[in-house]
Amino acid sequence: MSNLLIPNPKEAESIHILREVAAQFEKPVLLFSGGKDSITLVRLAQKAFYPARIPFPLLHIDTGHNFPETIQFRDQLVAELGLELIVRNVQDSIDQGKVTEERGRYASRNTLQTTTLLDAIEEFKFDACIGGARRDEEKARAKERVFSVRDDFGQWDEKNQRPELFDMLNGKIHQGQNVRVFPISNWTELDVWEYIKTENIEIPSIYFAHKREVFFRDGLIWTANEHVYRENSEEVFEKMVRFRTVGDMTCTAAVLSEAETLDAVVAEIRDSTISERGARIDDKRSEAAMEKRKKVGYF
Amino acid sequence: MESKKLIKIATAGSVDDGKSTLIGRLLYDTKSLTTDKLEAIEKTSRKRGFDYLDFSLATDGLVAEREQGITIDVAHIYFNTAKTNFVIADTPGHVEYTRNMVTGASTSQVAIILIDARKGVIEQTYRHFFISNLLRISHVVVAINKMDLVDYDEDVYLKIKTDFEALVEKSNFNTEQITFIPISALKGENIAKQSELMPWFVGNTLLDHLEVLETGDLQESSVARFPVQYVIRPKTEAFHDFRGFSGVLYGGNLNVGDEVTVLPSLTQSKIKSISLFDQEYEVATPGSSLTVTLEDEVNISRGDMLVKSNELPKSEKQIAATICQVNNKPLRVGDKFTLQHGVNRVLAKVDSIESLIHTDFSGEEPTQQLKLNDIGKVNLRLSKPIHFDSYTENKSNGSFILIDEGSYDTVSVGFIE
Repeated sequence: MSNLLIPNPKEAESIHILREVAAQFEKPVLLFSGGKDSITLVRLAQKAFYPARIPFPLLHIDTGHNFPETIQFRDQLVAELGLELIVRNVQDSIDQGKVTEERGRYASRNTLQTTTLLDAIEEFKFDACIGGARRDEEKARAKERVFSVRDDFGQWDEKNQRPELFDMLNGKIHQGQNVRVFPISNWTELDVWEYIKTENIEIPSIYFAHKREVFFRDGLIWTANEHVYRENSEEVFEKMVRFRTVGDMTCTAAVLSEAETLDAVVAEIRDSTISERGARIDDKRSEAAMEKRKKVGYF
Repeated sequence: MESKKLIKIATAGSVDDGKSTLIGRLLYDTKSLTTDKLEAIEKTSRKRGFDYLDFSLATDGLVAEREQGITIDVAHIYFNTAKTNFVIADTPGHVEYTRNMVTGASTSQVAIILIDARKGVIEQTYRHFFISNLLRISHVVVAINKMDLVDYDEDVYLKIKTDFEALVEKSNFNTEQITFIPISALKGENIAKQSELMPWFVGNTLLDHLEVLETGDLQESSVARFPVQYVIRPKTEAFHDFRGFSGVLYGGNLNVGDEVTVLPSLTQSKIKSISLFDQEYEVATPGSSLTVTLEDEVNISRGDMLVKSNELPKSEKQIAATICQVNNKPLRVGDKFTLQHGVNRVLAKVDSIESLIHTDFSGEEPTQQLKLNDIGKVNLRLSKPIHFDSYTENKSNGSFILIDEGSYDTVSVGFIE
């Protein structure tokens, strides 16, 4: 028996938030992307409710453009922990004519996810969606609340947010509204990596350096793959790379890396001078890209 | 991660005091500004025709703000040094935004109050200190900024220090918890490096000062309060009879074997186990999210509170509190709300409004209502007793929010007397 419980303040706060979700909402769901942040959330949820099971399902909005390693990892995690997994596909939203596939050089299904997500929220009547977004990721996210109320259209009204005082969370909502919950709001990228290391949490292999067919555009490293638009003039190379975030292949750039172990990755992040979202192609579209997407219901 | 200190800081200053520049400078000097962000700052600074780096661009987040050039809400910024993780709650200093500073300060242990060296102590400085005092912030740093614009003159610094000390006299704030530092955020003087241009200043730089603050000095020490947030009943083979009570421990330690009283039922029992995930502990320290089990089968639900039997809090249906109005809708006598005290909710009615408190320390006046950003004294009547301490004794057990029954918005924050 270890003697003295001294809190890791960030972990304690996240567990508190997850328990508030379970207590204040009828149908919460954890939005699971297969990325390190949502995997960390799963571990925090395990801790929050142990020895009981996590009292809400996972929801994955699958663009169909995920890295296969991520999907494999997701299924394995769900099986091991006995979790309930719901998958909804962007392809279905396209087939139903609700959204139109983007064309051209920067085509991505990233923004299309919003429609599929909002439909899933309506289908299952979810009143709280737990996500792994962090305030340090991006400027617009720095002002996000822990409990962020969205209207029937999933919209975020940044000028009209409820103030959050001390650690008291107000999750009271009207019919049709839902709340996006961000339990790791106050974590940094390094916090997440150090936690994964301390807790010995498994993560998908694409976070570690591996050989991959890639091409270079706009100073970023893109995956060479059938889902990613590539000009004939854009030459393909095999490089040692890893990913710092795991989203769609079409919007997640790789970084050159030799870091094959967790220790090496953490050391690399610590010394890194490129911010994590610098490798997100979707944010490069404009300076206010994230804020615009958030207003229309993007995670 | 466990070995690193976490210090939460609220920053307060007027639009023109250079607060965003100070934060940008802290990020830059701790190498927390990444290459791509730095490039974006360089690009925009050039575009605007500046011959210096406009660090304020590192923090000004939303489009509306970029258009107006002011900060309009609480933003959270993260940086770290080898020893310490820092979180800054950047709160606007504009006169209309008392609400935001109260919000930012509610989660902070340190407040940095910025003063423009050319302007000295002004009305807003009063407000910022008033709020720091009201919220019992553990430590206040008075950063006298723009020293470059007053030729790094010691007399300017001393005059402001004296004026501020006169202000502290009017409060009940402990002067030992206040530190004065002359700085230039724009030029980086006394931020991370000791200024050679102000050899007369012998104190620590801002960053050194923040680093030497001990977490112990910044934590409130009080008695143990354990509000039950969630009841865990696994109903599985292995844990068939398990009934765990989860929540955050506040104020003081909790030990296995402690005699505890459950409120409101006043049932007594003993702590059988303390755990986090699959680890058991003998002693839990404040701030821990944990799960306890009790020796006896006791009926406990969310909102109940476990306390040591010889340290009972007050239990009353009538409370007197200072509140800050954080919503556009004014608070009036007779209004009904949901009062949330920690994780517990009861109905509340405003019995009377005693006064509106002037945030410039000039006293109180009678009022019919409290409007957005007003701070005042009220008496509330509750549908059921809550189990509380005064805010000065125990912050978490002495504070509450009021939730509007129609909009469900958080309309007030209260500090119990």
